[in-house]
Amino acid sequence: MTTWKKEEFDNLETTNVLKKSEELGLSHEQLVEMYRTMVKVRLFEEMADKQYALGKVHGTMHLSAGQEAVAVGAGFAVNKGDYLLNHHRGHGHFIASGADVNKMMAEFLGKDTGYCRGRGGSMHIADVTANNLGANGIVGGGLQLAVGVGLAIQMKKTDQIVLTIFGDGASNEGIFHESLNMAAIWDLPILYLCENNQYGMSANVTRVSAKTPFKGRAAGYGIPGYYIDGNDVLAVYEFVHKAAQNAREGKGPVLVEAQTYRYFGHSKSDRNLYRSKEEIEYWKTVEDPIVRFGKLLLEAGLLTEQKIEEIHAEMNNEIEESVKFAENSPEPDVNDVMEWVYA
Amino acid sequence: MPEITYREAVRDAMVEEMRRDETVFLLGEDIGTYGGAFGVSAGMLAEFGPERVRETPISELGIVGAAAGAAMVGMKPIAEIMFMDFILLALEPLMNQAAKARYMFGGKATVPMVVRMPGGSGTGAAAQHSQSLESILMHIPGIKVVAPSTPYDAKGLLISAIRDRNPVCFVEHKLLYKVKGEVPTGEYTIPLGVADIKHAGTDITVVTSGIMVQKSLAVAQKLSQEGISVEVVDLRTLRPLDTKTIIASVKKTGKLLVVHEAVKTGGWAGEIMAVVSESEAFDHLDAPMRRLAGKDVPIPYNRFLEAAAVPQENDIEAEIRAMVANKY
Repeated sequence: MTTWKKEEFDNLETTNVLKKSEELGLSHEQLVEMYRTMVKVRLFEEMADKQYALGKVHGTMHLSAGQEAVAVGAGFAVNKGDYLLNHHRGHGHFIASGADVNKMMAEFLGKDTGYCRGRGGSMHIADVTANNLGANGIVGGGLQLAVGVGLAIQMKKTDQIVLTIFGDGASNEGIFHESLNMAAIWDLPILYLCENNQYGMSANVTRVSAKTPFKGRAAGYGIPGYYIDGNDVLAVYEFVHKAAQNAREGKGPVLVEAQTYRYFGHSKSDRNLYRSKEEIEYWKTVEDPIVRFGKLLLEAGLLTEQKIEEIHAEMNNEIEESVKFAENSPEPDVNDVMEWVYA
Repeated sequence: MPEITYREAVRDAMVEEMRRDETVFLLGEDIGTYGGAFGVSAGMLAEFGPERVRETPISELGIVGAAAGAAMVGMKPIAEIMFMDFILLALEPLMNQAAKARYMFGGKATVPMVVRMPGGSGTGAAAQHSQSLESILMHIPGIKVVAPSTPYDAKGLLISAIRDRNPVCFVEHKLLYKVKGEVPTGEYTIPLGVADIKHAGTDITVVTSGIMVQKSLAVAQKLSQEGISVEVVDLRTLRPLDTKTIIASVKKTGKLLVVHEAVKTGGWAGEIMAVVSESEAFDHLDAPMRRLAGKDVPIPYNRFLEAAAVPQENDIEAEIRAMVANKY
């Protein structure tokens, strides 16, 4: 089922990274770093999937392979110190915001060295000290909290913003309306990034949404809305950066909807009965964000085939180290099960 | 000591804390010019301005979600939910976000917020504006639940709730707003999780909270003239429960009656009785424990039906008389 509307994208497709990066003020090193981070996210998720298959992951997990351009484009477009509130399919956002993959893998394996000391797992990874306020097990959970964080920033008069990333599924929760309405009436510094991967579990977005793209809803709140190619990492960077500036300057929230696709099933129980093999294959080959960006970097002479192989090897090594770190870490002490219920 | 109303005591606590700590702010519906549906925040907009007395749209989910988000990044929000019944629209941010953030994130988050909500029946507002939903709130680890019965307790407990580093649900019974009592003008706190023996006695223990404390006290005073000695234990905080005080009182009197306005089935009276059953006080009981609670019915509109749905002074009196006469 085709649900995306390429002809409605607000971005122009990136065809020349040299020209585009100059416009965006990104250095060549930053471009390569973005590519490297996308590879890191992909390899991390493939390894997480492998660990699950080996029976080392106690719970489920929601993999985002195929959506790396959204995570990395957005992660690079905001500042250190900005707040992040994201959703259950959030591994890429964390890695793009600089998270330590050792602590992430340790959390998957439920270890005491994990980000949440084995209390949260894949769905609740957070690093509050780094202003990363957590993935959320409740669809639309981040949308609830974003308004309060925005109010806090406004009252403290800092130049931070809140990047809240949610999916097409969350866009149909009631909180979508409450959150955007409150942010709009108070001009809160919130960047609403809708990561539309076309399926809420098995529900195709057009089947369960009265009208798409969701960017059209922005007009109802009197805020800017954009619909962009979420598999074009520089397009994501461009629009998130622009929206972040808007929010940072006190002009209020912006809605950016990034069209993308997930390769794996919703969670580990998914047998992909609701979509065709051809559809998945199309996205994995023609639209893959890492292949697309890699091709552009090769054409621009910023990468070579050999360099690409080196990056993969280097990232692979880092991910393998994270597994070793996790495996060698202790389990939490069961005597501490009641710790941290109350402060 | 000056006498002020319960309503003024709640307001004083908020005003004093907002003067002392600029991270404290109030958000809710119609809390500005209108002064809140029950007039609790009257005058606060003039003193603190619209940023710290933040009038919201009618968005209960959004209000409590915003309070949780702000609390996670260093603010101390007080959210006013106009009627306790409406907290049902906002249980998600309260129970899934605020209550669990600290635990889920391995102890790294704190969520210091207060959600104030007027509860209870007696105003003819019928089924959707009259409930006592404390038991639902008490079921979730990570949340504290406070329900003061006097102006003095309201102020001291609210100051503690605002300073607490956890999400606190603060239940104000609507009929108490007009009740007057002595309240010091300066700052004082009452610790959360500590019950108060409002009337000492030796024949029977009545464990109660909120409006039912006032009713139980009236009965205790009446019965004392006949030589029936009733001990009224005001829980003040429903979670965490002050089990020590409950157990000690029951050991002393040997009889336990729990009184609450919330409906009986699944109500917290069962929890109090379980606490006693599991403790050394059980061996001191000389009669079955009893509970007097709201009937298992939505609160009706008609004044006589409404009064019949929840315990009244004569019900409490009759129950105590029956228990001390060993009728059960």
